[in-house]
Amino acid sequence: MAARVRALETILTEKGLVDPKAIDAIVETYETKVGPRNGARVVAKAWVDPEFNAWLKRDATAAIGSLSYSGRQGEHMQAVFNTDETHNLVVCTLCSCYPWSVLGLPPVWYKSPPYRSRAVIDPRGVLAEFDLVLPEATSIRVWDSTAELRYLVIPLRPEGTDGWNEEQLAELVTRDSMIGTGLARVPEVA
Amino acid sequence: MNGPQDLGGQMGFGPVNPEKDEPYFHAAWEKRALGLTLAAGAIGHWNIDESRHARESLHPADYYSSSYYEIWTKALEILLKRHGFVTDAELKDAHSLGKGTEPKRTLKAENVASVLAKGGPCDRPVEVAPRFQVGDHVKTRNFNPETHTRLPRYARGKMGIVEAMRGGFVLPDSNAHGEGENPQYVYTVVFKADEIWGEGADPTLTVSIDAWESYLELA
Repeated sequence: MAARVRALETILTEKGLVDPKAIDAIVETYETKVGPRNGARVVAKAWVDPEFNAWLKRDATAAIGSLSYSGRQGEHMQAVFNTDETHNLVVCTLCSCYPWSVLGLPPVWYKSPPYRSRAVIDPRGVLAEFDLVLPEATSIRVWDSTAELRYLVIPLRPEGTDGWNEEQLAELVTRDSMIGTGLARVPEVA
Repeated sequence: MNGPQDLGGQMGFGPVNPEKDEPYFHAAWEKRALGLTLAAGAIGHWNIDESRHARESLHPADYYSSSYYEIWTKALEILLKRHGFVTDAELKDAHSLGKGTEPKRTLKAENVASVLAKGGPCDRPVEVAPRFQVGDHVKTRNFNPETHTRLPRYARGKMGIVEAMRGGFVLPDSNAHGEGENPQYVYTVVFKADEIWGEGADPTLTVSIDAWESYLELA
């Protein structure tokens, strides 16, 4: 496949259809600028700022855009909030739809048949493979991203974080907790 | 189409196996495949729906034995050939053998940041009033087009409830085939697991899809 991709890049470059420097810039964007730290900041702000939290519920695209996270595969955002009663899980059974603007590029497992096939029929089995076992009474809501809405899970704020600032809280927010295959990390007891 | 991409509820693919501290890319060529797919898409001769349809039109055996960047690359070759930008002879020779279709535009390095930041919004105004309201009981249609659709098989002919109306969006079913954007309202429709999976379904589970208006009828 390496040779096949190189051939394609050579042909398209020779024809003036693509600029290798543009490819470099795209790769650099998703390696260094757009990734799950964006989403973590959104979640942390939602935890400390009730006004932002309400805005995120009402119009996630605008609220997230106010932190300058926008653009490709984040044009139409929807935030879904975990509660004590309901846990949210996001999948794209039909392809690999994922909120790039806040989470960056999706991990391989998110795009692969095991996750895409099972998340909608056996979410508890899937979550167990992420070492996440939810109480039996907890409802699970799976969001299949079949259209152009991109879903960001807002995990529950961990106990023992009273008085933490946004920056500290963002450190607890993992990528998986914003897909729903994890929870926010619990702070280590000092 | 009932293609290899329509995975919801399929079995036999094994465990998820999440990779710890997964890198963004697993090989240098994956970076180029990502960049090429986005840069070639920016030429503007096909849309995201046609891209998705090219990927799901790979032979199932090919689709399931390919990584996602391989799927992207194979579909990109198909799109470039279909739109007259490259030929089989060129792919075989790994060099350009002459001019192809004149591109509408190309993506320059200095414009990458602004193009990615702008994205490709696909919400569109719809002139008529929405047919469904939040709380409506609806039934998804049961159809099996050989063409592109975003109504997964597991959610066809099922009873659900409209939870939200999301506004008007480009209809992939026609847009993927060059038949126009035909925007329709999109609704989030939620189903109880036993409506979809029947016996043995997880009683605590609900599943939602985002459905274009023509995927639904009043129940």
